[in-house]
Amino acid sequence: MHDGDIPKLPEFPRLAPGVRLHFDATRNAWVLLGPERVIETEGPASEILRRCDGSRTVAQIVDELATLYTADRAEIAGDVTEMLGELVAKRMLVA
Amino acid sequence: MTTPHPRPDIPAPLGLLAELTHRCPLGCPYCSNPLALENRADELDAATWARVFREAAALGVLQVHLSGGEPASRRDLVEIAAAAHAAGLYTNLITSAIGLDPARLLQLKELGLDHVQLSLQDADAASADHIADYAGAHARKLAFARSVVELGIALTVNAVIHRANIDRVSALVELAAALGAGRVEIAHAQYYGWALRNRRSLMPTRAQVHQAMQEVERIRPRYADRLVIDLVVPDYYARRPKACMGGWARRSLNVTPSGRVLPCHAAETIPGLQFWSVHERSLQAIWLESPAFQAFRGTDWMADPCRSCALREVDFGGCRCQALAIAGDAGATDPACELSPLHPRMLALAEQDSVDADPGYIYRGRPVRTDPTAIRPR
Repeated sequence: MHDGDIPKLPEFPRLAPGVRLHFDATRNAWVLLGPERVIETEGPASEILRRCDGSRTVAQIVDELATLYTADRAEIAGDVTEMLGELVAKRMLVA
Repeated sequence: MTTPHPRPDIPAPLGLLAELTHRCPLGCPYCSNPLALENRADELDAATWARVFREAAALGVLQVHLSGGEPASRRDLVEIAAAAHAAGLYTNLITSAIGLDPARLLQLKELGLDHVQLSLQDADAASADHIADYAGAHARKLAFARSVVELGIALTVNAVIHRANIDRVSALVELAAALGAGRVEIAHAQYYGWALRNRRSLMPTRAQVHQAMQEVERIRPRYADRLVIDLVVPDYYARRPKACMGGWARRSLNVTPSGRVLPCHAAETIPGLQFWSVHERSLQAIWLESPAFQAFRGTDWMADPCRSCALREVDFGGCRCQALAIAGDAGATDPACELSPLHPRMLALAEQDSVDADPGYIYRGRPVRTDPTAIRPR
């Protein structure tokens, strides 16, 4: 992605049609599956993604993650926004 | 749940292309099926497919592509798709739409089908029907696409690009968007099997390819918020080869209708390769030990210029089937690479074919006719 090309995040993010989160027992990792796409997730990514169900705002997701990891909210907010932005750019996350 | 992987040096595959049948109502001259189509009597039954899917999932496969021929030509398609879903696989149906009515589509959605990939032959209906050799096919495909979207199933439109439609890539992208697809594949024809046989009819000029590639990049931003545009690049005019299949026996496998397991759908064009069958062995044994999979796995098989090339683990020497088709040696560097001594020859073949008079399509699976422009009456 180019600078200044950061996509707008949906208010209630959810996985796009045809995209789902799957636990891959062979590789012992959560993966995001879509048409001709396999994205391996690391660390808190799966916790973020499982909350992208169209019922939570980005702020709520950040709150829940900050509680879950007892971490600094601003830091979590940066991580969540960056990750969701990348997925919006790939059309794997929609409003 | 999973058995320990006995060969940690061999990565687990991600995808399985399941060719449920080679039967198809259409006759596309670039069909990816082999020239020698398999018979209905030899097709695996649904129970065997179910076992293959379970073995695939245990091996590490994440996505299955139910393909053909036309998979809807199987009356037990719903049962087969249900088994794929039950095995925990992301289930993608690759279809021409012909023979798949809304009732069966609804059943597929309800059992958990994840995604549908629909082929379109052109944005122009008459041309599309001529390419498919099936009157009325295009209109039925458009109706099918609307049913898919109405049911809320994710849709990809796949368009194979060649001389007859290359000047309409923008129209194809726009059509995919208008139909509500989330993704479109602009797939320049790959010249193996039927497409190789029809190369003189299909090959576009270098200028057409250049313009089509530029056109896609020009319109891409227009669709950024609604459509993923994926490109399969035309390699006859390329400077570097594609990483065919992401590397031989590295990411995916292909099971033919009769159960032969191939590293790619065109691998049977390579003489001397020994393919194992799901009738005799488990998918794991085949993936790890089949002579056909081992033949070009990794980089040990390479000769120069590949062997000493910094990109050998980027493009894996390109495509083995293309090396065979052009160089006559499946172990040679893909002539699509400009480091291949045969690169100028490949370019010359393309340029010659692209300006030759079109001899008329040899449609897949059809008896050769005297009038190649006639559309079969229905």
